[in-house]
Amino acid sequence: MVKRYGQLTAVDGLSLTARGGEITAILGPNGAGKTTTIEICEGYRRADGGTVRVLGLDPARDGRRLRPRVGVMLQSGGIPPSVPAGDYLRLLGRLHAHPADPVALLETVGLTAAARTPYKRLSGGQQQRLSLAASVIGRPELVFLDEPTAGMDPQARHATWDLISGLRAAGVSVILSTHFMEEAERLSDYVAIIDRGSLVASGTPAELTGSAGQLRFRAEPGLDTDSLLTALPPGSAAKESPSGHYLIEVHGAVEPALLAAVTAWCAERSVLPSSLRIESRTLEDVFLELTGRELRG
Amino acid sequence: MTALDFTPAPGAAPMRQMITAQAVMETRTLLRNGEQLLLTLIIPLLLLAAFSLEPLVNFGGGSRVDFLTPGIIALAVMSTAFTSQAIATGFERRYGVLKRLGATPLSRAGLITAKTATVIAVELLQAAVIVAVAAALGWGPHASATAIVSVPLLVLLGTAAFSGLALLMAGTLRAEATLAAANLVYIVLLGIGGVVFPLTKFPAGARPFLELLPTGALSTGLRSVLQHAAGLPAGNTVTLAVWAVAGITLAARTFRWE
Repeated sequence: MVKRYGQLTAVDGLSLTARGGEITAILGPNGAGKTTTIEICEGYRRADGGTVRVLGLDPARDGRRLRPRVGVMLQSGGIPPSVPAGDYLRLLGRLHAHPADPVALLETVGLTAAARTPYKRLSGGQQQRLSLAASVIGRPELVFLDEPTAGMDPQARHATWDLISGLRAAGVSVILSTHFMEEAERLSDYVAIIDRGSLVASGTPAELTGSAGQLRFRAEPGLDTDSLLTALPPGSAAKESPSGHYLIEVHGAVEPALLAAVTAWCAERSVLPSSLRIESRTLEDVFLELTGRELRG
Repeated sequence: MTALDFTPAPGAAPMRQMITAQAVMETRTLLRNGEQLLLTLIIPLLLLAAFSLEPLVNFGGGSRVDFLTPGIIALAVMSTAFTSQAIATGFERRYGVLKRLGATPLSRAGLITAKTATVIAVELLQAAVIVAVAAALGWGPHASATAIVSVPLLVLLGTAAFSGLALLMAGTLRAEATLAAANLVYIVLLGIGGVVFPLTKFPAGARPFLELLPTGALSTGLRSVLQHAAGLPAGNTVTLAVWAVAGITLAARTFRWE
């Protein structure tokens, strides 16, 4: 898929398949082309090149057939400001043949008490939840959720994750965009990491994070990490960043022998490590590795 | 959490149900909105009452309410089909409401039908209230039997003309610009559209041009049917039809949904 806006190439030869019945996360920094990609799949924009198929149909041409089958949650807005939450959900239900019960759905997203509140007076997180509810009220086969938990507090975020997992359990396919690593890691069956409009990595969260292990500890600053490296298996990395925080990365899981080597090295120097933790690589590590750490303007 | 069945069961509702649901919601939104009510009902009624009860303007003899009522009906049509619709649609575009509706099974044609039904429902409400108040003020229309056809025809053409212009404005300008421009046009056409000030008061050279404006054409047309018992006024009817075709064609070509 290719999409250009004037000089800017927003989507640059992205190739991606999302399987039915799964949750696919499109993960990328701001400006990576997530929303453009999703909006092309929703039929809002036309790709300048490539082939796009949604449920076997072309979203640019077969919109009329696709719309009843696909639920859409825009990144923001889309709901008339003065319409009460309950009324809006009821209206969207009336546009579908076999809608979910709007009252039960309102309760599921925690908006029962806000049913009579106009959209504009809902909090940001409540507005997101109403928009999410509206995207699924028509009992779609597939939903596109563009940053579904942006602006939500932790409670709302977890409730939303439960709802999205519930959709998959019911057989709904979900495609969501996010820049929250935790969201992609916890929810999705498949993650596509995109940056500057291209796919940089894809796979299950386990495949992406691989089996790389990490050992972290804190100790006095300025220890000689080079001498530590000689005590570790080949291919390991050791660094101090920031000052007094030590990180050791190894291929494969952290073995007991590695821990013993590290603590022995500390003991030789009469150093007591604190906050010693053994972790596996997170999606965030992979993401930052692939997309860089510099801030984007 | 209530057990909710998300098992996919997609499908569009019957077209009629979708249009009704959308039109009911739009009508309720409109009637809930204080500024819109001020525009569509309160201002026309205040003008009708004030100019009927007090000789504020010399209408050149005859009953004041008989002169005013057709003009107030024209104003009511303009306020709903043009001003109110332009402002509402401009903000719907701005808030992404039209974009979001575009992802539902309701087609664009269905949405436009729902909006038309909303405008007509509000106009019927306005007509009922204005006729009742005018009657209380002593209105006695002097109309021939053909008025039963020519009044709805003029109102429908006026509605189409104003709707086209409203969508032309709302579909191209920013929402704030639409708000300002729609209100300005409303005030100007209220002044020079033959609503409360007779077009005969304007210089003789200006009058033909004022009658070519949609408001002037509608108020003059309604006045000849309801005050002077004339048949369908051909000139005003053609004027409104031309505005309707031009406005809707241009709006359809230029309207941006986002």
